[in-house]
Amino acid sequence: MKNRVVITGLGVVAPNGVGLQAFTNAIKSGKSGITFHQNLKDKGFSCCIGGIPEVSEEKIQEYLTPLQLRGFNSTSILYGVMAGIDAWKNAGFTVDENSPLDYDTGLIFGTGTSGIEKFREAIYKIDEQKVRRLGSTSVLQTMASGVTAYLSGILGFGNQVTTNSSACTTGTEALLMGFERIKNGKAKRMLVGSSSDSSLYTWGGFDAMRVMTYKHNESPEKGSRPMSATASGFVPGSGGGALVLESLESALARNATIYAEVLGGNINAGGQRNGGTLTAPNAEAVQKCITNAIADAKISAKEIDVINGHLTATTKDALEIENWTKALGRKGANFPLINSLKSQVGHCLAAAGAIECVASVIQIKEQFVFPNINCEDVHPEIVSLIDKNKIPTKKTDTNITILAKASFGFGDVNACVIFKKYN
Amino acid sequence: MKKEEIIQKLTTIVKPYIQNEEGFKNMSEETDFINDLEINSANLVDIILDVEDEFDIHIDNDSMEKMLSVKATVGIIQDKMNA
Repeated sequence: MKNRVVITGLGVVAPNGVGLQAFTNAIKSGKSGITFHQNLKDKGFSCCIGGIPEVSEEKIQEYLTPLQLRGFNSTSILYGVMAGIDAWKNAGFTVDENSPLDYDTGLIFGTGTSGIEKFREAIYKIDEQKVRRLGSTSVLQTMASGVTAYLSGILGFGNQVTTNSSACTTGTEALLMGFERIKNGKAKRMLVGSSSDSSLYTWGGFDAMRVMTYKHNESPEKGSRPMSATASGFVPGSGGGALVLESLESALARNATIYAEVLGGNINAGGQRNGGTLTAPNAEAVQKCITNAIADAKISAKEIDVINGHLTATTKDALEIENWTKALGRKGANFPLINSLKSQVGHCLAAAGAIECVASVIQIKEQFVFPNINCEDVHPEIVSLIDKNKIPTKKTDTNITILAKASFGFGDVNACVIFKKYN
Repeated sequence: MKKEEIIQKLTTIVKPYIQNEEGFKNMSEETDFINDLEINSANLVDIILDVEDEFDIHIDNDSMEKMLSVKATVGIIQDKMNA
């Protein structure tokens, strides 16, 4: 007997809203979190715009102690800790440093690189022959699992505590791995999510690859244009998202608020075969990921009401839409509604999957589809595949029973999850 | 520098790292950093860096290993300052 798995808590630190309520309001109104950053211009970036969550020093002190903040220089850990603590509290739990160890709850929280600014500090010190000046804080903030080390200690989790990393698929993959663990009876609750640094050192390599837009430095809010004919590359973002997954049995026993059910999903890779490369997806594998997710969830493709896509605003958006049409066997007016959060927050890289899963679950809970901004001019290749009115540009109140969310990443990796409204 | 003055400065240095308020309140020459103040052993290296900055001295590896109590630390600081 496999456990049913539901979502009972959400936390988010996004460029257009920090905290669940602010983020919900932001996505409903189509608020852009993209701004111009002088430091990117000063360093000679082609793309000088990006999405950085607004977090005050005062806010930070609500989450980390003065001791934890000594020598602290890692936004990815900060966002992960904030989103994770928020999600845990949102699920109805308290945060107490003396709480008994909870062997029934685990943590899978991903990142791309951890504390890249802290890593830079360490490199400079070592090159100046001052290795001993690193103190005790360098390792904990630069190890990939830094975010889980901080969070699990704050919350006192005793089940599996680990960090995953699969490029822009990371957050969605974390969710699905946590889902499997609960489904198979290995844990009652899993806090899952991902985060990514706000740092030019994270973004620089993408700028060098010419995959970020350089055409909107004067109009940052117009820069992130998924599915648009005038899309010219992604806008970098950052932040963190977290979700509390819980067995239905445990959630009901606690009388917890249930946001949605995780019906199933799939994680696969394209092996950089059949057109797949280090940076481009193998279309066949993407389609297989989606069809396998649908099969895992025991639904049919025609039941999907809404898709939250990966859709980054690069030249690959039309291919993604084509993959969805083929995987679902639905096109034109028969295609589900589809949106991309990246139009509002940019591409939050390793954090993207988690922040977008949080946005997906909010849509199910509150029965609306958030607007795609900056795609009043839908790309002609996309219009040839699906009806333009399937890409809402205004908040749309609608009945959502099933929502499919997919994330794809460098290395030709894919993840697709199927969420269902909980009755 | 007098012992009392060093202990006073040391009190300020260790304050952010202590996890036992009672032990900190009663901090004396006999205080042990880990047993009495419950300082995380990983933070001892941070305290040593702070001591180096405060007293403008360099603490070698051998001395570092001995800096587990107020008494030993004061002794090492005095040695280094007089060296």
